[in-house]
Amino acid sequence: MAIEGDLAQMGAFLGAGLASIGMGGAAIGVGNVVGNYLSGALRNPAAAAGQTATMFIGIAFAEALGIFSFLVALLLMFAV
Amino acid sequence: MAIESDAVEQELELAIHPMDQFVIKPLFGGGHGDIGMFTITNATLWLGITVLCVIALMVLGTRGRAIVPSRSQSMAEVLYGFIHKMVEDITGKDGLKYFPYIFTLFIFILVANVVGLLPASFTTTSHIAVTATLAMIVFLVVTILGFVKNGASFLSLFWVSAAPLPLRPILALIEVISYFVRPVSHSIRLAGNMMAGHAVVKVFAGFAVVTFISPAAIGAIVAIYALESLVVCIQAYVFTILTCVYLKDALHPSH
Repeated sequence: MAIEGDLAQMGAFLGAGLASIGMGGAAIGVGNVVGNYLSGALRNPAAAAGQTATMFIGIAFAEALGIFSFLVALLLMFAV
Repeated sequence: MAIESDAVEQELELAIHPMDQFVIKPLFGGGHGDIGMFTITNATLWLGITVLCVIALMVLGTRGRAIVPSRSQSMAEVLYGFIHKMVEDITGKDGLKYFPYIFTLFIFILVANVVGLLPASFTTTSHIAVTATLAMIVFLVVTILGFVKNGASFLSLFWVSAAPLPLRPILALIEVISYFVRPVSHSIRLAGNMMAGHAVVKVFAGFAVVTFISPAAIGAIVAIYALESLVVCIQAYVFTILTCVYLKDALHPSH
C-alpha cells in the first residue's frame, strides 16, 4: 500500500499507542489490589468473604485511571 | 485510496476482521448510510433478545413458585438473593428501597453480556452509546436523590472534614473532579471490557484460518472464551456494585 495520510495523522496514531502504555499502570494497580487481598485472605480466611466487595471496588477505582488512558487513545484514533 | 484498499480487502477476503462484529447494520435492506433515529438495526434486535431473555428467566422461571425450585427458578432466586444482599451490605437498610432499579440494571447488563458471547451475535454493551446511557441515568438519579434526601448538606460529600483544614480546598477540587468523571469511567469500563474481550476472540479466530497453527489457535479461543465468560459476569457485578457505592454516597454523604 502506498504511503499516504499526513504527519498529523501519524502523530495521532503514535499518541494513541503511547497512551495505551498507561493501561499497563492500571494492570499493575489491579494486580497490587488483588495480590494484597489474597495475602490478607490467606492469613485470615475467616475475614476474607466480607471483604470481596471492597476488593472489587478497589479494582474498579484502580482500573478507572487505566480507562482514562484508553479514552485518550480512543479520542486520538476516532475523534481528533 | 478507495480502489487500493478494495484490492487489499479482496486478497484478505477469507480473514475475519476482529472489529466487524461491532458494526451496526440495518436489519431490512439499505447500507450503512441509511441509519436514522428509528431504523431497526442489529443493535435493536439484540437489545430486544436481551429483554426477552430477562423476561423468560425472571417471569416464566419464577411462575411455578415451587417450594423445591426448578433449575430456572433457582437461578432467578440465586441472582435475586445475591444482589439483595449486596445492596443491603453496601447501602444499608434504607437503600433497599432502590433495590428494584439496581437489580434491573444488573440483570439487564448480565444477560446482554452473556447473549453477546453467542457466536455470530452482536454485543450491545460493547457500544459506548448503550453503556453511557445506563451510566448517565445512574449519575442523574444519584445526584438528584442526594439533593432531595440531604438538601444542601449533600455538598459535604466534597468537603472532607477528616482532613486538616488547609488541605480541604484542594481535596474538594479533587473530589468534585472525581465526582464528575464517574459516569465516564463507569460506562467506558463496561464497553471497553466487552469490546476488547470479544475482539481478542475474533483475533484468534483469524489465526485459526491459517492451517498449520489452527489447532493452537482453537485451543486459545477455548481458553479466552472461558476467561470471557468470567469477565462478562464480573463486569456486570462491578457495574452494579459501583452503582451501590454511588447510591450510598447519595444517601449518607458524610465521609
